[in-house]
Amino acid sequence: MKIGIPTEIIEGEKRVALAPETLAALKKLGVEFIVEAGAGLAANFSDEAFRAAGAELCADTRVVWSADLVLKVRPPVMNPKLGVHEAGLLKEGGALIGFIYPARNKELLEKLAARKVTALAMDMIPRISRAQNMDALSSMANIAGYRAVIEAANLFGGFFTGQITAAGRVPPAKVMVIGAGVAGLAAIGAAKGLGAVVRAFDTRPEARDQVKSMGAEFLEVALKEDGTGEGGYSRVMSPEFIRAEMELFRKQAAEVDIIITTALVPGIKAPVLITREHISAMKPGSLIVDLAAEQGGNCELTEPGKVVDAGGVRIIGYTDLASRLANQASKLYGANLSNLLRYMEIQNGWNINTEDEIVRGALVSHQGAVTYPPPRPKTSPAALAPAGARAKAAPAPVKEKNFAARAAAAGVLAAAALLAAGLYAPAAFMSHFTVFILAVFVGYMVVWNVTPALHTPLMSVTNAISGIIVIGAMLQISGGFEKWPARAAALAVFLASINVFGGFLVTRRMLKMFRK
Amino acid sequence: MEQAMEQNGILAAAYLAAGVLFILSLGGLSSPESSRRGNWFGIAGMAIAITATFFHSGVSACGYWTLTAMIVIGGAIGAFVAARIAMTAMPQLVAGFHSFVGLAAVLVGINSYMESAGLSGAARAVHETEVFLGVFIGAVTFTGSVTAFGKLQALIRSKPLLLPGRHLINAAMALAAIYCGYRFFGVENIMAQGLPALLLMTALAFALGVHLVMSIGGADMPVVVSMLNSYSGWAAAATGFLLSNDLLIITGALVGSSGAILSYIMCKAMNRSLVNVIFGGFGAEEGKLSVPGAEPAGATTAAGVEEVAGMLKEARNVIVIPGYGLAVARAQHAVKEISDKLRAGGVNVRFAIHPVAGRLPGHMNVLLAEADVPYDIVFEMDEINKDFPETDVALVIGANDIVNPGALEDPASPIYGMPVLEAWKAKTTVVLKRSMASGYAGVENPLFYKSNTRMLFGDAKKSVEAILEQLDGTLLPNFLN
Repeated sequence: MKIGIPTEIIEGEKRVALAPETLAALKKLGVEFIVEAGAGLAANFSDEAFRAAGAELCADTRVVWSADLVLKVRPPVMNPKLGVHEAGLLKEGGALIGFIYPARNKELLEKLAARKVTALAMDMIPRISRAQNMDALSSMANIAGYRAVIEAANLFGGFFTGQITAAGRVPPAKVMVIGAGVAGLAAIGAAKGLGAVVRAFDTRPEARDQVKSMGAEFLEVALKEDGTGEGGYSRVMSPEFIRAEMELFRKQAAEVDIIITTALVPGIKAPVLITREHISAMKPGSLIVDLAAEQGGNCELTEPGKVVDAGGVRIIGYTDLASRLANQASKLYGANLSNLLRYMEIQNGWNINTEDEIVRGALVSHQGAVTYPPPRPKTSPAALAPAGARAKAAPAPVKEKNFAARAAAAGVLAAAALLAAGLYAPAAFMSHFTVFILAVFVGYMVVWNVTPALHTPLMSVTNAISGIIVIGAMLQISGGFEKWPARAAALAVFLASINVFGGFLVTRRMLKMFRK
Repeated sequence: MEQAMEQNGILAAAYLAAGVLFILSLGGLSSPESSRRGNWFGIAGMAIAITATFFHSGVSACGYWTLTAMIVIGGAIGAFVAARIAMTAMPQLVAGFHSFVGLAAVLVGINSYMESAGLSGAARAVHETEVFLGVFIGAVTFTGSVTAFGKLQALIRSKPLLLPGRHLINAAMALAAIYCGYRFFGVENIMAQGLPALLLMTALAFALGVHLVMSIGGADMPVVVSMLNSYSGWAAAATGFLLSNDLLIITGALVGSSGAILSYIMCKAMNRSLVNVIFGGFGAEEGKLSVPGAEPAGATTAAGVEEVAGMLKEARNVIVIPGYGLAVARAQHAVKEISDKLRAGGVNVRFAIHPVAGRLPGHMNVLLAEADVPYDIVFEMDEINKDFPETDVALVIGANDIVNPGALEDPASPIYGMPVLEAWKAKTTVVLKRSMASGYAGVENPLFYKSNTRMLFGDAKKSVEAILEQLDGTLLPNFLN
């Protein structure tokens, strides 16, 4: 199996599908790689690094594309230099994995199917827990969220963190994050890390705990409505809710310095949440970072790929945030790819199991047919959520059934036994018995006080003192050793002595080791 | 009985002093600071008791020499073993020592019976009961401990031996022993009738001891060893009764209750009853992988040494969870070095000990102490469980069942209800493991499939040393990263 990694040719795309270290790990599984010369340069991976990782370098784009399997970040596009569409460069019956966005790229799907290409879309990996390590959308969203804060910080005219300086007090920047998905949470974390005061809004109630766990304040509208949709996204809300939401945003817009919007509903244009009116309420110098810019934007004035100045408020509409952190993004994307390949058993020539939920979900073209959209999964994502998280019944320890009754029964039995013993046993026995019972109680009290860390020394020291049986044996050696009992007693003395000396000494050795 | 008459005032005073010193010795173990003094109390008590008995035993000059020789040779062997034993082998050592007490109790008991002619009536009945019980307990302790030693030393397979109808075999042996008792009590001729019955019972008890421990699996050894500890105490106490010696009774009772408490603590930590541990044959029948609904979905995420080292370097709070695998791989010293390196870099490293981690109560504490890990960064499960959510990396080394989230979350899990270290609540959990084989209980561990879990496969010692190498020299104090 030979895997090709071509250079990304879309303007401004700096990522590469696989980082050298991920490539090296996959190579151990017996996979060959051919990497286009210069493919990793924009992400700061040199050709040398790829070569060192075990890949073959090749300057000819066509050769790289004709590998058995091609790994890409962006969907195939027209290659202006060669004058052919990249899909046409793929081997007939070959394979492709990358972001494909099948919903908007119907034409591309036709092209792939026509060449009998097996294509897997990383953006179609089902968002279920066992596919988390292949979820490239989450990886990229995480980076985009982080980068959004960095871009905002870059253009922002002040500190993020509050400071008391000799010249006076600097208040912390206030950041509002709309949509607490992966990107939103990453943005909260980054802004929080820079020291800003962060607030976040989300229509899904379960986002509240996640937001709070990141140290941000959770904003709420008075109206109760659950916005949980499919696959971890939100759904479209009712008009009343949206009105209340808008009111909240208007109030917040006047207060905060930076707004980061990450609201996406799958399949449709991103909802407009920040209107002209909101923007005009914001302070001059404030910033909006619109992570939904590519899907139309959450802000009315967003222009994809650009920074727009609207009366002193700048709106950042970059669509390449992940690519702006190309090195990190390539590593994470490559790791997602690599996990998918391992999941599909690449070492055994990869297994395209169309029965598998993950593979089927990502598969958009196979054996000459467009296989998008996948059939609806049998179970809803909510049902797939770990059952433990929801139905977390407190585990009950083994029940002390009828403990009181048993204790009472034991007490009665003990009393009866004691009485019988007192009636029939000789007086000497009873006095020894008294000593025994008292010693058991003393032992019980003393041993419960032993710290658990010293349980092993406890065992070895009790071992040593149980060697006290030596005195019993000593008392039995009377007269000479001709008789069997005396010899047996001598053996017992010998054994018990091992115990006494060994036990105390090993305890001493152990206790010496315990120090602060 | 005759010995009782011989006890004069000085001997009684010596025994009282010894008894008190033994109690102080156990009391000293309540904290590491006082424990060393406690051990000296124990040694002093033993020295007093032996010296006083030595000069009181009234043996011939030849007898004194033999006695001295026995004590010196036995003591030398004991001292030699104590000085040379590796801390990882403590469970074997403790089990081996128990067997000596058991065998000594058997010998003393039979001796005492052979010399008991002349007793009659209630006194005789009491004495015979004491002999019978003392020898029985001693014999079970002896062979049980030898078997436990063999399992811990890996001379015998540590997998439970589950003979068909093993409960019946146990019951049959117990009944046969009772029948021996029937033939033993109140016979006319001690040597011709009583002794054979007693010896037969001893043989049965030997077999019972072997079979009982054979059918218990390796990871239940903490319970078995502490149970045998308890038995050795009861054997000593029974010997004390038949010799009418209060010091033996007191000491036996102390040891017996100590072992019983340890067994109780161990059982509680596994959420199982003692009966279940002894007769359960756990991990062989019900624990097989076919547990319905317990199969966790998804794949594990493997991680490289560099990645793990990187995570540790960047962490602020790290909790290390050692298990038996650490002891097997003898990785405690390397782990200690990692903890030193990280602590020097300002990382808050702590150790979390589950009560049943290892093969002996407190086994992990001793191993860490041996590696010079300060005991104030070693915590018990109850002390540290609440801190996992604030922990960046939980490093699980050679442990499995004691970090299984199924014990809390999955009512279908065979270990449901067992208290566990909640390692999965840490931001990242790194599991060092030899392979994906399931733990001793045969239960799948959903921890391995969690998205924030990283698996580092390989021998624990090699992995730990590789991490150490990665950390070497590259670690900056936290304020520089």
